[in-house]
Amino acid sequence: MSAADLTRTTAADLAHRLSTGEVSSVEVTQAHLDRIAAVDGDVHAFLHVSENALETARQVDADRAAGVALPELAGVPIAIKDVLCTIDMPSTSGSKILEGWIPPYDATVVARLRAARMVPLGKTNMDEFAMGSSTEHSAYGPTKNPWDLERIPGGSGGGSAAAVAAFEAPVALGSDTGGSIRQPGAVTGTVGVKPTYGGVSRYGAIALASSLDQVGPVSRTVLDAALVHDVIGGHDPRDATSIPDQWPSMAEAARRGLTGDVLKGIRVGVVKELEGEGFQSGVKQRYHETLDLLAAAGAEIVEVSCPHFEYAVAAYYLILPAEASSNLAKFDSVRFGMRANVTGTVEDVMAATREAGFGPEVKRRIILGTYALSAGYYDAYYGSAQKVRTLIQQDFDAAFEKADILVSPSAPTTAFKFGEKLEDPLAMYLNDVTTIPANLAGVPGMGLPMGLAPEDGLPTGLQLMAPARHDARLYEAGAAIEQLLEGNWGHSLWSQAPELGANGLATALGSNGGAR
Amino acid sequence: MAKAELMDFDKALELFEPVLGFEVHVELSTQTKMFSDAPNPAFGGHEITEPNTAITPVCLGLPGSLPVVNETAVRYSISLGLALGCQIAPTSRFARKNYFYPDLAKNYQISQYDEPIAFEGMLEVELEDGTLVQVPIERAHMEEDAGKLTHVGGSTGRIQGAEYSLVDYNRAGVPLVEIVTKPIYGAEHRAPELAKAYVSTIRDIVRALGISEARMERGNLRCDANVSLRPRGQAALGTRTETKNVNSLRSVERAVRYEIQRQAAILAKGGTITQETRHWHEDTGATSPGRPKSDADDYRYFPEPDLLPVAPTPQLIAELRVALPEAPAARRRRLKEEWGFSDLEFRDVVNSGLLVEVTDTVAAGASPQQARKWWTGEIARIANAQNAEPAALISPAHVAEIVALVESGSLNDRLARQVVEGVIAGEGSPADVVSARGLEVVSDDGALIAAVDAALAQQPDVLEKIRDGKVQAAGAVIGAVMKAMGGKADAARVRELVLERAAQ
Repeated sequence: MSAADLTRTTAADLAHRLSTGEVSSVEVTQAHLDRIAAVDGDVHAFLHVSENALETARQVDADRAAGVALPELAGVPIAIKDVLCTIDMPSTSGSKILEGWIPPYDATVVARLRAARMVPLGKTNMDEFAMGSSTEHSAYGPTKNPWDLERIPGGSGGGSAAAVAAFEAPVALGSDTGGSIRQPGAVTGTVGVKPTYGGVSRYGAIALASSLDQVGPVSRTVLDAALVHDVIGGHDPRDATSIPDQWPSMAEAARRGLTGDVLKGIRVGVVKELEGEGFQSGVKQRYHETLDLLAAAGAEIVEVSCPHFEYAVAAYYLILPAEASSNLAKFDSVRFGMRANVTGTVEDVMAATREAGFGPEVKRRIILGTYALSAGYYDAYYGSAQKVRTLIQQDFDAAFEKADILVSPSAPTTAFKFGEKLEDPLAMYLNDVTTIPANLAGVPGMGLPMGLAPEDGLPTGLQLMAPARHDARLYEAGAAIEQLLEGNWGHSLWSQAPELGANGLATALGSNGGAR
Repeated sequence: MAKAELMDFDKALELFEPVLGFEVHVELSTQTKMFSDAPNPAFGGHEITEPNTAITPVCLGLPGSLPVVNETAVRYSISLGLALGCQIAPTSRFARKNYFYPDLAKNYQISQYDEPIAFEGMLEVELEDGTLVQVPIERAHMEEDAGKLTHVGGSTGRIQGAEYSLVDYNRAGVPLVEIVTKPIYGAEHRAPELAKAYVSTIRDIVRALGISEARMERGNLRCDANVSLRPRGQAALGTRTETKNVNSLRSVERAVRYEIQRQAAILAKGGTITQETRHWHEDTGATSPGRPKSDADDYRYFPEPDLLPVAPTPQLIAELRVALPEAPAARRRRLKEEWGFSDLEFRDVVNSGLLVEVTDTVAAGASPQQARKWWTGEIARIANAQNAEPAALISPAHVAEIVALVESGSLNDRLARQVVEGVIAGEGSPADVVSARGLEVVSDDGALIAAVDAALAQQPDVLEKIRDGKVQAAGAVIGAVMKAMGGKADAARVRELVLERAAQ
């Protein structure tokens, strides 16, 4: 295989070729490092590229040569969202206030990647503290959408999605508090999964909103996401909200979806409230075509109503800022991170540091959350939002009585242009209208490519949701739907992604390159 | 306030009714901290002196770190709640108390707010004269301790005026139970005494439960005393102050007395009391203002999303209830009866803080009266002279051994006192001291008879008197014999021999 071919395949395929000795991990890793060097100046998916990647790959190759039994994904490179703590790389969560901070420990999911002998390539860009839907709120400049460098890659995990879409990494880790894995997946034509709350450890994930955050996989195929999910998932005694259950293999579920006839008779619930006003016509068109394909494949399409989803965004923007205002209080310069160079009392130093270290969106949400938790307002805001949350959970319960999985578009629109929604936070917030309910209820959600919108030629995404703890159902159905769609198109969506680099679209579009 | 400006205590009580309230923080002696696996400095076996060595990312609140509840701390808290007569909540919840302070690593404290683990209790407290007072308990909740700040530079050691401050996070995350009383009415003149007795009772309870080292001087047990006064006949409560930093039983008593006298002096002059925290100063015996405190302090409490609710099973609660030690007041009543002590004798033991020592000495085989006599007598005297705690000087087992030597006749009281002194001086066990110092009573009748005969021969007048039936005259001869034997004779046996030989 040529170096270019090594980046334009799947993690599952790489794992197979590595296991047979056809390629080495050093070759695979070098191919991706070369690709990063070639295109990341334009895409800016990475905040940090690991200096240890090749050495890690070399050790895997040595162990394989010595006959050591290795896990399935050993030697496969992976990109890591900067929200996750890594002992050997800075972990900034996209914020100036943590610039250069190297944690003294690995997040549990990162430790599990290492135990699975995967090769961390680097840390990916994100909106500051995962607050945003475009990466425009990163303190280190935005990531560009590989499909159109003038457009946003989604957020907050635009870096991981763009890295995978631009073939800089076969797979990546993201985190999803209100859609930060699924919405970037939709606008970059990639796959992303927000697992059941408690299914993947949060230990070492720099908290945004503790009751909503989940770490999950980003990939180009459903099977690849499943393989990564199997590596990172499962109980962690360091996270008290981690579910102690044994989980089935997600990869087996995905393989069942690819080989069996799993769509026949499956009840697919179409959430009435998650389409219509505010949804782009091309998104709606691809969505309904997909539903028709599903019906033709034997799925039973049922309409379900989730009447309280209407209040989800409002409730989310009370709960998230409330928790975030408290979670971000620790960034005070006393123990770690940036310290503003001022004299005065400790309060003066704390205040100056937070003023200089946090960006405008972070400050906006801290103020919102502080207000929502204040005495006299708590019941009206935080209290009411928690009640809405319960009602949304009940909506899901009722819907899952009628359907095995629920579907909606992953995002209401394709990728918008930089700056388009920056001055209108509410419009930005509404971009997560489809993804937020799953976080509020703790149920798993998957986004997968649903074709290009006819009007702009940009990717659209389909969202699948399953009851809590039934993540395997998403992988089984998701892999089958992916196969169905690709069969219909005659190719995968990602294979249609534009070329980047010296001979590619980026030059043609006259991009100003990486704003590092 | 200068001493002279304080109102006379009796006068204050004439004009005002004191209302008390206490917040007692108990550091639990679990091996690890409340929410992390860092070693707990409040565990008896840990001697942690270097700053910032008993810490993990969780104690420092590093980004990404998460708390996990210490199950042993929960069990301890339930036991304490039960011992305070509280109900145990089937489901209780941790909450975040948000405020910025450099000793608080996350800038919020994980505590419990509207759903504490234990609530609605009643604690029986016994005053020195045996009067029983029921103290109503509002709640007992779990929380984590903060770190420790040392303010460097400036003259006061306080944050104001300091050049810089050092933070030690070793204490950050130490498990605490905070016990909050309801307002306590009707203590009247005995308010200071009740304050001391209340804290002392909590100390006894946590010691008996084995859940805290309970050493006030180390901060294992900390009392904040709330005091307010209201004019006689007024229904509404007065403005309260909260005195912190009260680190001994005696200080609790003194601080409450001081606040009553201080507030009365202000109110009598038509002044108003500022609602504030105040600091107790052991050296001056006075309180000084801390930060103003109002009920409107907004800590923006909300349920801690990183932790699940605490839901102990009914079986666990039942198990812990069965395992509870006897309540201190009930235990005292039982012991007094079992030991056959007079009121005075028993109070002497209790008020000297020697109940545990006497109990343990009796358990080691000594008679209750002998155990009492040694602890409240010779040992207390030496402790007093050395300004030490009696319990720190000698073990109950050694005291019991000495008592046994006396009762078997191997030692007389005078020799036994020397043995006590030797053990306290670190010369080893009583047996070691006896043999090293050669203190054994001479019980060889041959040597004694020779000494008795010699003494009688030297005092023929006494011999006459004894023979005439004036037995008390024997004392002079006994004294001479004891002197001749260097004190190492059993006085009772000498007396027997004197009478025996005189009759021959």
